[in-house]
Amino acid sequence: MTPSLTLRAALVSILIFVTFILAWHLATRGIGAVQQMDPEYAKLMGVTATQGKSAMPGPLDVGAKLWEHLRRPFYDNGPNDKGVGIQLAYSIARVGIGYFLAVLVAIPVGFLIGMSPLMNKALDPFIQILKPISPLAWMPLALYTIKDSGRSAIFVIFICSLWPMMINTAFGVAAVRKEWLNVARTLEVGTLRRAFTIILPAAAPTILTGMRISIGIAWLVIVAAEMLVGGTGIGYFVWNEWNNLSITNVIIAIILIGIVGMLLDLILARATRLVTFPE
Amino acid sequence: MSDKFISIEGIAKRYGTTTIFEDLWLGMRRGELTCVIGHSGCGKTTVLNILAGLDVPSDGAVIVDGKAIEGPSLDRAVIFQSHALLPWRTVMGNVAYAVSSKWRRYTRAQIQAQAQIFIDLVGLTGAEGKRPSELSGGMKQRVGIARALSIEPKIMLMDEPFSALDALTRGTLQDEVRRICLTTGQTAFMITHDVDEAIYLADRIVLMTNGPGARLAEIVDNPLPKDRARADVHRHPLYYAVRNHIIDFLVIRSKSFAAEMTGKPFDPRHVPVVRPGVIENSSTPDAAARVA
Repeated sequence: MTPSLTLRAALVSILIFVTFILAWHLATRGIGAVQQMDPEYAKLMGVTATQGKSAMPGPLDVGAKLWEHLRRPFYDNGPNDKGVGIQLAYSIARVGIGYFLAVLVAIPVGFLIGMSPLMNKALDPFIQILKPISPLAWMPLALYTIKDSGRSAIFVIFICSLWPMMINTAFGVAAVRKEWLNVARTLEVGTLRRAFTIILPAAAPTILTGMRISIGIAWLVIVAAEMLVGGTGIGYFVWNEWNNLSITNVIIAIILIGIVGMLLDLILARATRLVTFPE
Repeated sequence: MSDKFISIEGIAKRYGTTTIFEDLWLGMRRGELTCVIGHSGCGKTTVLNILAGLDVPSDGAVIVDGKAIEGPSLDRAVIFQSHALLPWRTVMGNVAYAVSSKWRRYTRAQIQAQAQIFIDLVGLTGAEGKRPSELSGGMKQRVGIARALSIEPKIMLMDEPFSALDALTRGTLQDEVRRICLTTGQTAFMITHDVDEAIYLADRIVLMTNGPGARLAEIVDNPLPKDRARADVHRHPLYYAVRNHIIDFLVIRSKSFAAEMTGKPFDPRHVPVVRPGVIENSSTPDAAARVA
């Protein structure tokens, strides 16, 4: 009997993971003393020179360090030494606030664009020009006007989350089936009730898809934004650890960024499934 | 005439220079089921949409119960060809949506009770919690019928309601609709392509010529008894006279009607009424007078 597809896929996944870790380990392990040298000098040079150990940390170093971080995620020893949990919390909070503000703007405006062909045509040139701007390009302008680095980061998240949600909402609203709208018309349903009972549920899957794209982009952008504004956040942590030349911590940060991004996407995917209706 | 409950008065529909139909006059009595038969593109659906208030005529007006139609109304329920159920709502939710639209002040319990009556009426008891995607085509259309009936409309408008169904389901649903219309005295207007369906269901069958420039050619006053049953309706001596008359019209005369009428007086306000199989000179004049 063949095991289920899920099981076989899991086995292959584990195999790939183990192979990768093994290769990583072999590539970064020490290859023994390279040359004889004065012990005093060897002490100064460290294991990289004396045992041919790569400057790149191996999986065991990363694992040990990760364990250390996970045991104490929320310590705070001053500005440049905070637990990785605190840094992640800052980033998630910034993304959350910027993203939430974007939802508040994008969905009503998207509704307006979707329901009114006039507004659709009128706003289209602005959206087309604003959409392709890299969100980080707004950063100097935000810093200058808002005069607060944390809020500027939030603004950057806001501006980058806005467009996919707005465009998807407009598309979803405009694509609501005519027959459903006709049902509402023959039942003399008012505009507001129609918006909430027909258009919103009909467009919800498309809107949620836009929201899912937005959260992905927001999480991509926050790392770069925090590298620029500094102070707190996982993006700042990455850059700070690079300045500390702690490649181990950089790798750990990369892994954590990936996991949080996946979780955010998972939440939105669940929400999308909740509002999706089979036809 | 006073017994005209619905009166279509000289409506026209034009798109640019193309005239789909114009100068269309038709009266319908209360409690009567009128079927319109015609080829695709003759504007049947447009007529129905105008009756529903979903479309506006380029000319003319429709009077229902003494009032001109101005937009859609809860007095006129539509059963859509594609059933048009809201897929995110359950059977109960779909019917309740209509009920709560008509009676805005109803409590949840009142809405559910009213919806339940009509869900039971169309034989969907037990399926209240199902979503449209879990229903068969026939069941979906039953929900559509329940939704239309639940608001207790003055008129039911049906746009080829059974055309997407298989023959067996179609037959059962025709029986249901006929039973419901007879027992509730529902006035109904229906578009169909199916001659047998029209003969079985309709009191009067309106024959429409091909578009563009379509017009109402004749009204067939169904001579079959009111208490006809599906099982033996086709054995009635007049059945094939009616059927042949309609098929002749659809196959030949719907195209050549304009030529047929050249030189003869044709008054669109007084569409000739025929009773196929019934001796012409006794029935035609008074039937024609009735419609006028």
